[in-house]
Amino acid sequence: MSLVEEFQYGLDAPICLTWELTYACNLACVHCLSSSGRRDPRELSTAECQAVIDELERMQVFYVNIGGGEPTVRSDFWDLVDYATAHHVGVKFSTNGVRITPAIARRLAASDYLDVQISLDGATAEVNDAVRGPGSYATALRAMENLAAAGLSGFKISVVVTRHNAGQLDAFQAIAERYGAQLRLTRLRPSGRGADIWDELHPTAGQQRALYDWLVAHGEDVLTGDSFFHLAGYGEALPGLNLCGAGRVVCLIDPLGDVYACPFAIHDNFLAGNVRNGGFEKVWRESELFADLRRPQTGGACTSCSAFDACRGGCMAAKFFTGLPLDGPDPECVRGHGAVALSTVDAARTPRPSGNHSRVPVTIGRRPPARACDENPLAGIAH
Amino acid sequence: MSTEFDLDAAWRLHPQVSLRPERFGALLYHFGTRRLSFLKSTALLDVVRMLDAAPNARVACVNAGVAPEQVSTYERALGTLAASEMIVERS
Repeated sequence: MSLVEEFQYGLDAPICLTWELTYACNLACVHCLSSSGRRDPRELSTAECQAVIDELERMQVFYVNIGGGEPTVRSDFWDLVDYATAHHVGVKFSTNGVRITPAIARRLAASDYLDVQISLDGATAEVNDAVRGPGSYATALRAMENLAAAGLSGFKISVVVTRHNAGQLDAFQAIAERYGAQLRLTRLRPSGRGADIWDELHPTAGQQRALYDWLVAHGEDVLTGDSFFHLAGYGEALPGLNLCGAGRVVCLIDPLGDVYACPFAIHDNFLAGNVRNGGFEKVWRESELFADLRRPQTGGACTSCSAFDACRGGCMAAKFFTGLPLDGPDPECVRGHGAVALSTVDAARTPRPSGNHSRVPVTIGRRPPARACDENPLAGIAH
Repeated sequence: MSTEFDLDAAWRLHPQVSLRPERFGALLYHFGTRRLSFLKSTALLDVVRMLDAAPNARVACVNAGVAPEQVSTYERALGTLAASEMIVERS
């Protein structure tokens, strides 16, 4: 059996997992996967987070991808990072850079088990801020300067590829080189608030082809988090595992301890359980949803396609939130089958993401003024 | 990158590598290079586990029960692991 086949039947423990530590965020990105904004009072406590880390150590989960929300606004964030790395669980965390001061940057540079990803969705302030909000480009670049000045080379610049920045790949690469960083490109998913803007922002078919060629040309120098495996339908597979690992080799723990099959599938249909009911390991090993995902999947309408062995039908979450059947083509199928399928979907009936933590309604490039009491997203968080 | 592997040298798992046994062999994660790798058989896992206590890799293969005519196969696999710094020479 090939490794990919082995992985499709699931592992006893995830290779890595995504852990959203809080729904609180100082930004309100239009494509936020977790519809973040306000902290939820039911979020896991420090002790509960430590108990999860203890389990991850026992299960030998190699690392966690910590996100949010903006994880660094949790007052116990640095303590949890220290706790994880001291327990041999590596930490990669995503941040918009708001808390990456020169002092924090020096602290980060001193750890071997820590990776930092600064999110940036435009190589120019104009393109970035239309998606991530005013001032967010400047915040991200200041964080990069601080990291570079502290001698932390190889931090990641994490870009969600959209219709507006797909033409800026070389410019992103230049920014990465300027700071001694590594570029990481990931796919725009119609998840969370992303469901509202996906039609408008997902790359065109032409941009998608150009992206694929660019990724092939850059090989392993550019990270993708395996997020473009649907592009393998073009021919040569991109570096990485090229499979959907949802519930098989990866999963998501949300701020409340809910365990979902993947970070792009925050919906009751993909909810496997909660760490508060007997721990994470129990959910990973005993969830019926995960057991289903680990059975051989049918390709449905895709089975007869010559690209199916390469793309495996694409991303489950992308299909689900665009209203497509899970055993059919990905909405961005490189053969165009997704576009045809989408034309028959009744947009009013597509599934809605579970949970909305937005402080205010969020739209591309324009934000309604927040009420004064909403201005500080950290309200309610102890310092 | 050299793939020449010295079977007569003493080897060990890189101190920053975490090894997790799986039904197909094992997963390896290197916290320094952030690379994930795989041992595609439990027999190779046995060899890797024997490295540290053996005076050299050839003896580790023997101790793990590798037949003499199979040693070259394991030499190649160990060479790949050495090239990605998953295993390093012991001094």
